[in-house]
Order: sequence, then C-alpha cells, then structure tokens
Amino acid sequence: MLKRRSIKDSRGESALFRRRALVGFALILFGLVALVTRFVYLQVLHHDEFVVRSENNRVKPRAIPPARGLIYDRSGVLLADNVPAFRLEVIPEQVSDMPALLAEIGAVVPIGSDDVEAFKKQLKQSRRFESVPLKMRLTEDEIDRFAVNRWRFPGVDVVPYLTRRYPYGTHFAHVVGYVGRLDADDLERLDPVRYKGTSHVGRSGLERSYEDMLHGTPGYELVEVNADGRTQRVLETHPPVPGKNLYLSIDIRVQKAAEEAFDNRPGAAVAIDPRNGQVLAMVSVPSFDPNLFVNGISHTDYTMLTTAEDKPLYNRALRGVYPPGSTVKPLLALGGLEYGVRRPEDTVLSTGEFCIPGQSRCYRDDERGGNGTVNMVRAIQLSTNTYFYKLALDLGIDRLSTFMGKFSFGRPTGVDLIGEASGVLPSREWKAGRYKQPWFPGETVISGIGQGYWAVTPMQLSHAYATFAGHGTPYAPRLVMATQGGVDSRPAPLANPPTGPSLIQKPGDWAAVNQGMIAVMTGGTGKTVGVGFPYVIAGKSGTAERYSRTTNAYDERRNNAYLASRHRAWFVAYTPAEDPKIAVAAVLESGAWGAQDAGPIVRKILNAWVVQQGGTLPVGPPPSAAPASPAPDPSEVIEPSIEPPMESGGDDIPAIPSSSGANP
Amino acid sequence: MIDTQYARMQRVFKRVLTRPRIDLPLAGGLFMLAIVGLLTLYSAGDSHLALVGGQAGRFVLGAILMLIISRIPPPVLRNWSPWLYAGSTALLVVVALLGEGRGAYRWLDLGVMRFQPSELLKLTMPMMVAWYLHPRQLPPSWKDIIVVGVLIAIPAGLIAEQPDLGTALLVAAAGAFALFLSGMRWWKIGALLGAVGGMIPIAWHFLHEYQRNRVRTLLDPESDPLGNGWHIIQSQIAVGSGGTFGKGWQHGTQSRLDFLPEHTTDFIFAVFSEEFGLAGVIGIMLLYAFIIGRCLWIAMDARDTYSRLLAGAIGMSFFVYVFVNGGMIAGMLPVVGVPMPLVSYGGTSAVSLLTGFGVLMSIHANRKMHE
Repeated sequence: MLKRRSIKDSRGESALFRRRALVGFALILFGLVALVTRFVYLQVLHHDEFVVRSENNRVKPRAIPPARGLIYDRSGVLLADNVPAFRLEVIPEQVSDMPALLAEIGAVVPIGSDDVEAFKKQLKQSRRFESVPLKMRLTEDEIDRFAVNRWRFPGVDVVPYLTRRYPYGTHFAHVVGYVGRLDADDLERLDPVRYKGTSHVGRSGLERSYEDMLHGTPGYELVEVNADGRTQRVLETHPPVPGKNLYLSIDIRVQKAAEEAFDNRPGAAVAIDPRNGQVLAMVSVPSFDPNLFVNGISHTDYTMLTTAEDKPLYNRALRGVYPPGSTVKPLLALGGLEYGVRRPEDTVLSTGEFCIPGQSRCYRDDERGGNGTVNMVRAIQLSTNTYFYKLALDLGIDRLSTFMGKFSFGRPTGVDLIGEASGVLPSREWKAGRYKQPWFPGETVISGIGQGYWAVTPMQLSHAYATFAGHGTPYAPRLVMATQGGVDSRPAPLANPPTGPSLIQKPGDWAAVNQGMIAVMTGGTGKTVGVGFPYVIAGKSGTAERYSRTTNAYDERRNNAYLASRHRAWFVAYTPAEDPKIAVAAVLESGAWGAQDAGPIVRKILNAWVVQQGGTLPVGPPPSAAPASPAPDPSEVIEPSIEPPMESGGDDIPAIPSSSGANP
Repeated sequence: MIDTQYARMQRVFKRVLTRPRIDLPLAGGLFMLAIVGLLTLYSAGDSHLALVGGQAGRFVLGAILMLIISRIPPPVLRNWSPWLYAGSTALLVVVALLGEGRGAYRWLDLGVMRFQPSELLKLTMPMMVAWYLHPRQLPPSWKDIIVVGVLIAIPAGLIAEQPDLGTALLVAAAGAFALFLSGMRWWKIGALLGAVGGMIPIAWHFLHEYQRNRVRTLLDPESDPLGNGWHIIQSQIAVGSGGTFGKGWQHGTQSRLDFLPEHTTDFIFAVFSEEFGLAGVIGIMLLYAFIIGRCLWIAMDARDTYSRLLAGAIGMSFFVYVFVNGGMIAGMLPVVGVPMPLVSYGGTSAVSLLTGFGVLMSIHANRKMHE
C-alpha cells in the first residue's frame, strides 16, 4: 500500500480535475442531446399530430361550480337556499377594447362602480378565455334590454347561476352568516382548483366556519368554442359534487321567540342543551339582513350598518364581553364545595358590609343591614355579597381562577363559529401579563361577585351553565347537528363527544348548588320569572355595573331608566331542574336589573322551547319586559353594588372601598 | 483623507468600466443568450415593451454586479466563503421562522426590496464546498464526503421545506458538482447514488401533496385537465406544433390565445420552441453547451483547487437549469419552478446567475500562467 502523501499533489490534482471536467462535459452533452431528442420526437415525429391539436385547440375545459350545500333548521326549515339568477359575464379574450366596452354597456345595463372594481380585480386573476362576472342578479328588465343589444357586445353574455338567499334573513344573520363575492385575497388563500368557476365564498357565521363542507367539488366540461369563443357544443361533462347540507340544532320557532323577546333592545342570548352541547337558540340583537351582502352590499347600506349606534353587525352572543356580575355566584359556591372550603350548611353573617380582616377597606352588601345569617342555599337565593366576598377570599384567587377556568371562562368555548372572544378570567397571571402589576386581595373579593376584571360572552356563560346543568360534563357548543351528503341520503349526525371528564367530583355538591338556584326562582331574586312554568326552573340573576360610581347620583336616582344606563342585566337558567334539558343565558345591555329585565327574556325562550318540545304554551303572569306591576320590592333587587373599575381600564385601585359610613 | 479615498474609489470604478476583466467568449455567449431571451419575452409578453425593458434593466444590473465581482481576486472570495455560506444559511433559518404556519414562504422583506435567501445559496453553496475541499487531500475521503454532504443537506433541506423543490435541487446540485469535480472515486459516487436512489420512497413520503400531484400528473396529464395536467398538455402542444423551423417570431398561437400558462416565466421556452422550432432549440442548446464548455475551460485553467472547483461547479449547475426547465417544457420532467436561465422573465434569477459568472470572470483573470 502506498503511504499517504502529506502534502497536496497539485499537479496530480490538476490532472484529476481535467479528467473529471471532461467527463462532466461529456455527461452534460449527453443530457442536452437527450433533451434535443425529446424535442425531435415532439417537433418532427409528432409534429403533424400537434399541429392538428393546436389548430383544433378550441376545446377548452370549463369548470362547473358545485351547488353550495343548503342550511336547514332543526326541523328542516330552509335557512339558506340557492336560487337561480342571471348575471352578466365577459370573456376577456374576445373583447378588444375593455374600457370602451365598460363605458358602452353601462348605457344598456347600469353597472355600479363597485361592480367595475370587483370585475377588474377578478379580471387580473383569470385566464383570458375564462369568463368573469361583471354584474350579478340582473333584473328581468335588464336581461331583456341586453338581449336586444347583445350583437353589439361580443364576448359578453347573460349566464344563469345560483345565488344564495336567506329566507329568514335577520333571525339567523349572526348564526348562519352570509356569503360574499370572491375577491383577490380569497383567490390567493383558497385552492384555485376547488374554486374554479365559483363566485362566492362564506364570509361570516356558519357559512364561513363550514365553508369546506358547504362548498363541494367542482366538475368540468370540455366545450368546443367557435372563433368568437362562443360555446358550440359540449363534448364531455364531469358533473360537480354539491356541498353538504347542514342541519342546525336550533329550531326556528325558539330562535324567533328569543329574538322577539329582546324587543329590539341591544343584547344577546344563547340556549344550549346540557346533554350534548347543541345550541338551541343564539341571538344577537339588533340584527341585519344578510341578503344585502350576497351580491355586494351597496356603499350606502354598508355605511348605514357600520355607523348605526347599536352596531347591528356586531355579534354580541359571540364577541360581546360583559362583566357577569352575580351570575358567577353559583359556580363559585360549587368551587367552594369542591375544594372543601365550604360545606352547604356553613353560615356567614351578612351585616351590610364586609371588610378584609386587618384592612380598612370594606365592600358593601346590596341591602343596607345585610341578609343576616345565610347558608349556601340562602346566599345563592338572596345573592348575598358578603357570603361570596368571604368565599372568594377563602378560596384565594388562584383556586378561584383555576376552577372557573374549567368552565371555559377566559378562553373560547370551542363553538363551531369563527371569531369567538375569550373574555377575561381574573387571575394573577392575566393581571401580570396585562398590567405588569401584582394581585391585590381586594381584587379577589370583588371577583367573587363577578365584578372587577371579569368579562364573559353570552356564549361562555351559557356554555358554563349548560356544563353545570349537565352535571359537569363539558361539551363544546355545536350549532350544526347533522350533515347530509345528498338530497336522498339521510342526515348523518355530527359526533360531539364530551371534551373531558366531568368537572364535578361529588354529586352532592351539584345538588346543593342546584337547590340554591331553584330557591332563586321560588323565593329569591327570580321569583316572578318562573311563575306558571310546567317544569322546575333553576336560575340566577346578575346585574353588573358598567361604570365606577363617582357621585352620589347612583343612590339618589334609583329609577329604572337611570339604572338601565348604568347596568348590564343578566339572567341564566336551566330546566327541568331535576334533569336539565336546556340552559339559557341572556344579557340585556341596558337592563336595570337582572331578574326584572333579562329574566322575562329567558322565560320567553323557555316558553318557546316547551312549545317546540310538544308542550302547550305555559300560562302565568306575563313576564313582560316593562313590568306593569309596582316596582320590585328591594329584596328582589339586591345585587352587587360596589364600585368596580370595569370597562374603563384599570389605572385606579381596583376596588374602591366604601368610605365606611359616609354612604347612606 | 476622504478625498484620497474618494479618488481611489473613482479610479477603481473607472478601471471596472474601462478595463473590465472579462472573458470575451463567455461574455459574448451570455450577451447572445440575453438578446434571445429579450426577443422571446417581447413575443411571449404580448409585445409589452415595459416587460422587456424591466428585464433588460435587470440584465444591466446583473452585468454591473458581474463586473464588480470580477475584480475580486479568488483568494479573497475563498476567505469570505464560510462567512457568506453561514450568513445565507442563517437567513434561510430566519425565513423559516418567519414563515411558521404560513404555507409557502420564501421571501425576506427588506423594506426596499424583497429577496429570496435561497438565491444566495446558489453561489455560496459551491463556494463553501470548494473552500472546504481546497486544503484537503484529493480525491476526498469518506469523512470529507460526509462533511460536504452535511454542508449541502442543511440549506437544501431548509429550501425544500419552504417548499421550493426547484431551488433546493439547484443548490444541492451546485454542491454535488464541486464534489464530483474534486475527483471523488467512481465507486464512491456509485455507492452514494445507490443510497440516494434507495431513499426516494422515503422522500416521496415527505413531499407536499401538491408536489406529489405534479409527479402523478406527469405520468397521466389527462387526469387533471384543469390544473397541472393542463400546463403539461398545452406546453407540449405548443412545442410540437412548432415543427422544424417554427411558426416564426411573434407568430406562436398557443401563448397568444392564452392556452399556455405562465408563458413569460417558467414556460417561456415553450413559446421559444413554438416560434423558432427545432432549429431554434438546437441553436440555443448549442449556445448553452458553449457557455458551459467555456466555464469548464476556465476552470481547468484556474490557479488553485478552490477556483477550479468553484468555476466548474457554477458551469455545471447552469446545465441543471437548462435540463430541468427544458425537460418540464417537453413533458419529460414534473412541473418544478426552475426558470430557463437568462430567458425566463424574473429578476432574481438573472441577477444571481450573472453574479455567478462574475466569479468565473475573476477566476479567469487570475488563471495560472502558461509556461
């Protein structure tokens, strides 16, 4: 064996390189010859065949868009339909002077500037032989006028298509949502092959979150075109596969009743079946007409909707965050039981004021003088602040937020809609992340009555009580109950298994809190709400303050109108209390008191649900929104009334103590 | 002080322009290719002068870069090589991190301009391999081969992940050619190719679905007449109908009627083949062969191992562009985003190619003295 040379042999290396370079060049020449051979094959041997194909290259594939899946309510009422319509389409390669065409055709069929803008965008994205829609939903008059003038516009044609219609527009605008015309951004985001020939895409609501199922798969046909590009005949057709139909778990009658219950006052309500997470109603008031968006909303309509003071486009059920107020109390009580901090029979003396031991800060009860000695059931029934102040302190903020976090507060519930708000679950970590400040005990105290940093959406609160009512088994809320592959096939239920094991360890704990919430309806704050209902209702009211109190006006002007401007009214309920089948949460943005103003809304939803279940309309004192009865007696409206810095930033000290004695 | 420096810079700049260190045959070949490219672009781009002007501007920018780089002596380039390689690979990592969860992401936005760090690797990769092999005993040992393999795999893997299979292929090829030219033993090459061949089924598993579809479509273009199959069918019709002498400049019908997709960029060679026919194809292939041959000639004349390997690798990777793009046009290879060099419309590739030729010019200017 040769010994390894220790220094580089540059001459030998150079020769080695030379050999390699020559071999490399030979390989490259071989590769280029192989390439040229392929070109000889195409350009010489098969030249004639390709010439024919090139000359006959008038056979063009044309995509056939799939029909979008339909959306039905629980009982099969059609909520989103496809209806035939006509639109004006332009094939760019057959138009010699596009600006002139756009100018001239405007005299025959009025074309808006929005249409032209959308048209130009799509024009850039398309192949020159693919037709681009210019104006959607032609009227019969416009079709007639164009037919007479058609000869003047080669490359322009009236084409039938399916457009989306929402027969129950406003009732489901925040649930079903709407489709809109594809724009340049969509074309970049979506699979171009799947969206060939499609003009609309889901923009909001279920139309957006179930886009993938609703859309379907396009088919295509091979068409022969003449020199003008007009179709002569169809050679082959590969039909599209329509999108899947969706069945909602919402029944339109319950949904309508829920919407009407608000009487156009801004607010939101969500009802969920605790046994499976199915959403039974979801309304956000006010609503809007989704049909406006389908073929491009006009500028004036859009400005009107976006500038309206009560924001009809805003989905309050999903995105509106409100302090939950006393509605958190039953869940907090459950936390106390589960952690072994309280037994149901443990009592607390409510004197009208609660002070953190060793501190001068004090927090008020609603009723001057307090509720006396209360146990857990009585504390839930009367919504005794002192009981929950103390409970929150004993639990501590960490256990409080851990326990409440299990009920999806502070994070999305996982409902099958896009854009859900997370709200705020008060915790040390949240405050440190948001304000870079440590946690104060006073903040724990007011967290116990759903004030302070707390912010929840109606969806979250409804989900939390549905989970509780279902003995703690959590289900992600679902609006879509089943899908259907074709008209003839049976709807297939969508599986929605629990998202985890039960959140409640001891059945006795559930029973105790349930008893408290039943007591609310029989002799507590919600006394009037349940009268005459066929089943036992368990419920809880909540009245949360929107602003800090800065003057004494709050105590001096306790009339409904004034309080409504300061309060958010909540009511949560589930029924039948012994075996819950529906849980509802409703918020009225300008409600003076939870039970008085949000309670009747919940009752109306429950009434409609009973009817939908096959029962008769429950009788009883009409739970009207504006009570004709005398103002509720003070024991009914005892609600939190401390000064939280909610909704107004957290610069000041979170809980302003009642300067003991100074306040009447 | 500043004055003298300024004067010096001025002198250097003047020298760059008046006494360029260029290799005339190579420069002549590139110039002819650029002219052919611009003519084809004019025809393919519906006679839009703006398109042609923009491309010509990029050629000028590339030529200036080429002249500047040709003034940098190879030993300096060699010293820079590991840093340039490390820097460009780091940029790839940045792009990978920025692109997290955003699908295909290749660009780095510098505010004024966006560029693809993967383009840099086309040059820094062979520089790095040549730098590594330069001081070592050649033919390379298994250890050196493995080190080079890792040097190639890291950036190529990052680029393939973007996903940009075409550029990954070009970058890997540039490194592999340097290894080949270093005299790697044939049996080792055989063993390595065998191993790579054995990994193809595994690689298939890692390809994106759209990339697999492109391969499937190649085998049966009629199965997907709306998507990739359309590209392949229309491209072949354009090429085949061109015949021996072509339909004549500006007389191609396939691109004019918009049957041919992307006919100014990746598919421009189909327009060329349709309008100039087999004669044109053979002519341009000869031109490419001449340019590659001249590169290898310069490499053989180079002074040291680094220059030899670098010049040879740049020249040979030029072939990969031509073969992959031409193969795609002719329906031999799957649709991969590799441009036809100096013919396809697109700035980054033109500028990076001409920069590479600048390195060759520099190597030529510093060749070994005969006798």
